[in-house]
Amino acid sequence: MKRKDLLGIQDLDPQEILDILGTAETLQEISTRPIKKVPTLRGKTVINLFFEASTRTRTSFEIAGKRLSADVVNVTAATSSVSKGETLIDTARTLDAMAADCVVIRHGSSGAPHTIARLTKARVINAGDGAHEHPTQALLDALTIRQRKGRLDGLKVAIIGDITHSRVARSNAHLLTKLGSHVWLCSPPTLMPVGSCDLVTTNREFLHRTYSMEEAVSGADVIMLLRVQFERMDESFFPSTREYFRCYGLTRSKVALAKEDAIIMHPGPMNRGVEIATDVADGPYSVILDQVSAGVAVRMAILFLMLGGQS
Amino acid sequence: MHLLVKNGRVLDPERKVDSIVDILIKDGKIRSIGKGLTADVPQFDAAGLVVAPGFFDIHVHLREPGTEEAETIATGGAAAVAGGFVAVAAMPNTKPSNDGPSVTAYIISEARRSSPALVFPIGAISKGQKGETLAEIGEMVEAGIVGVSDDGKPVMDSRLFRRALEYAQLFNLPVIQHCEDLNLSKGGVMHEGAYSARLGLKGIPSSAEDTMVSRDLILAETTGGKYHVAHLSTRRAVEMVRKAKADGAKVTAEVTPHHFTLTDAAVAEYDTNAKMNPPLRSQDDVDALREGIADGTIDVIASDHAPHHINLKMLEFDRAPFGITGLETAVGLAFTQLRLPLPRLIEMLSSNPQRIMRVTPWGIFEGSDAHLTILDPSRKWKFDVNQSKSKSRNSPFHGWDLTGKAVATIVGGKLVYEDRK
Repeated sequence: MKRKDLLGIQDLDPQEILDILGTAETLQEISTRPIKKVPTLRGKTVINLFFEASTRTRTSFEIAGKRLSADVVNVTAATSSVSKGETLIDTARTLDAMAADCVVIRHGSSGAPHTIARLTKARVINAGDGAHEHPTQALLDALTIRQRKGRLDGLKVAIIGDITHSRVARSNAHLLTKLGSHVWLCSPPTLMPVGSCDLVTTNREFLHRTYSMEEAVSGADVIMLLRVQFERMDESFFPSTREYFRCYGLTRSKVALAKEDAIIMHPGPMNRGVEIATDVADGPYSVILDQVSAGVAVRMAILFLMLGGQS
Repeated sequence: MHLLVKNGRVLDPERKVDSIVDILIKDGKIRSIGKGLTADVPQFDAAGLVVAPGFFDIHVHLREPGTEEAETIATGGAAAVAGGFVAVAAMPNTKPSNDGPSVTAYIISEARRSSPALVFPIGAISKGQKGETLAEIGEMVEAGIVGVSDDGKPVMDSRLFRRALEYAQLFNLPVIQHCEDLNLSKGGVMHEGAYSARLGLKGIPSSAEDTMVSRDLILAETTGGKYHVAHLSTRRAVEMVRKAKADGAKVTAEVTPHHFTLTDAAVAEYDTNAKMNPPLRSQDDVDALREGIADGTIDVIASDHAPHHINLKMLEFDRAPFGITGLETAVGLAFTQLRLPLPRLIEMLSSNPQRIMRVTPWGIFEGSDAHLTILDPSRKWKFDVNQSKSKSRNSPFHGWDLTGKAVATIVGGKLVYEDRK
């Protein structure tokens, strides 16, 4: 990979995305072996620097690194504050001094990985920053969709839920429109960010917005649900979770509006009964667990492309 | 202090002066103005330069008392004169805030001791800038304030703001408001629009400014109070001020150089030096501000100089404090970005600020205090933040090429800053 860091999908061109997906597909086989390990990244150090709680993403990166024989170190860091003394920048410099090859960072503040990336020699992978981007999630979603549907171009993908606070929605909107899917963002009017009509900067005609869940899911190939992020809700965006579920919860009757072979995705962790009915989450069209295994492959691919070429 | 300023183009639009003459300063005051003056005093050769009434920045944060690691009255004053300002008005958000005569008196005495620029304190509207009860405005006037404002803590209580507009008339004092509805802006860190949507940063909607300006203009009209809008940033606010002026309200308005120069696109790389309040807004807003400057709706260019220690500006974007330094770049940006006729530029940086604030006017007339700003409108220079006289370094204009500069500053007849080629 030519670029030093992977900070967001917005910066990537379609070929770079396809290269990652292609590499992930070839690496998927490793995870099916009895001995799930290759020596490719032996001697490389990957630091998982997580300022926000995460089980799924952190574990996924850890497994990805270990299957490639990298040394993976997990650091759970407290969010920086002046009173505590150490700033984000000090943390970055400290890690650089330890000669990490790659820093995987998750942070509650949008843009924090950009700050780290500017100051470190290590390559930086954004594992989710605030409400900005979560590029590896979008890549694993794209891999899952492509493997199920055989293509990305021309699909109708409905992304439903709290768009305002969702880095998953942003990264997916960038990625899928770049590769020719029609993306329908759907949320209550209070959770559709002002300015989101200009969210993507290329292929803008592939991005659509609606407040109507019925319109979003009708004829959809993919229904992607977002977690309602109660922890980011400091004001009233909707009256109650009950009312939210009534308007935007995915139920069987709404699934029936989509294409017959539609798939249902969720980045997890799910709020059952808020954005998704339990029978739908566990139903046959749900690919939520496929997403998890695609996640390991995509992260192996990114680590390999970033660290594998150099010695 | 004696000085003879020779052969400059002396320009004071307020007094209809525009000719190449000499100015003789004796004991800090302008003694005579005319051609071929001679005197046995130090001379300043102003040939090829413009000699203007001293510039006055009416929106500055000096951080003293309380946050001296970011700025002091001495360093802020040095930055002021290096930027061509003979005087600054210091906002009251110090620690403790300037809400009573003792802090006012401290600022004035410390400025006399250590600042090369004149410092005029602005008092708080409410005790502790809490927006609850009026501060001791009359006592602060006695101590030397030139206006009142709760600065970055806008007065949300409409009744209290009405009382302030009424009460300040007793002293002919401007009531200055940072217009922001704190409920609409809560948690916001940049302009709400396409960039905030993409960057995943919480937006401050234009409506936060517009609704406050709207309320305030109604209160200003009904009370007859002297109302000044700090740092306009939105199109609608400019339009409302324009209409209120046409309707005869006693309203004035200022704009900062960063708001007429930059847009929210500057935030794209999460540069904390692009974080200010009000936030950098859209190109359409920038266009509206420039229209407001051109047609006289906007009276004043003020820097909103807001120094912050680098430790704070190194934080994550959403945690870093709002504000940038501006004293040393304001004049250069006004020249470079606006290309205004010189008389209009001088009006916005000297005559209008003096008219709005409660100060004894200075200018180019016999008997005036000798506060002069000497300009080279064609001087090409590059702003280097590392050479700044301010204690802080939080400027987005580092490395910018500018044309037009204040090359000398004279306060009370004393040459306090000079940058000759």
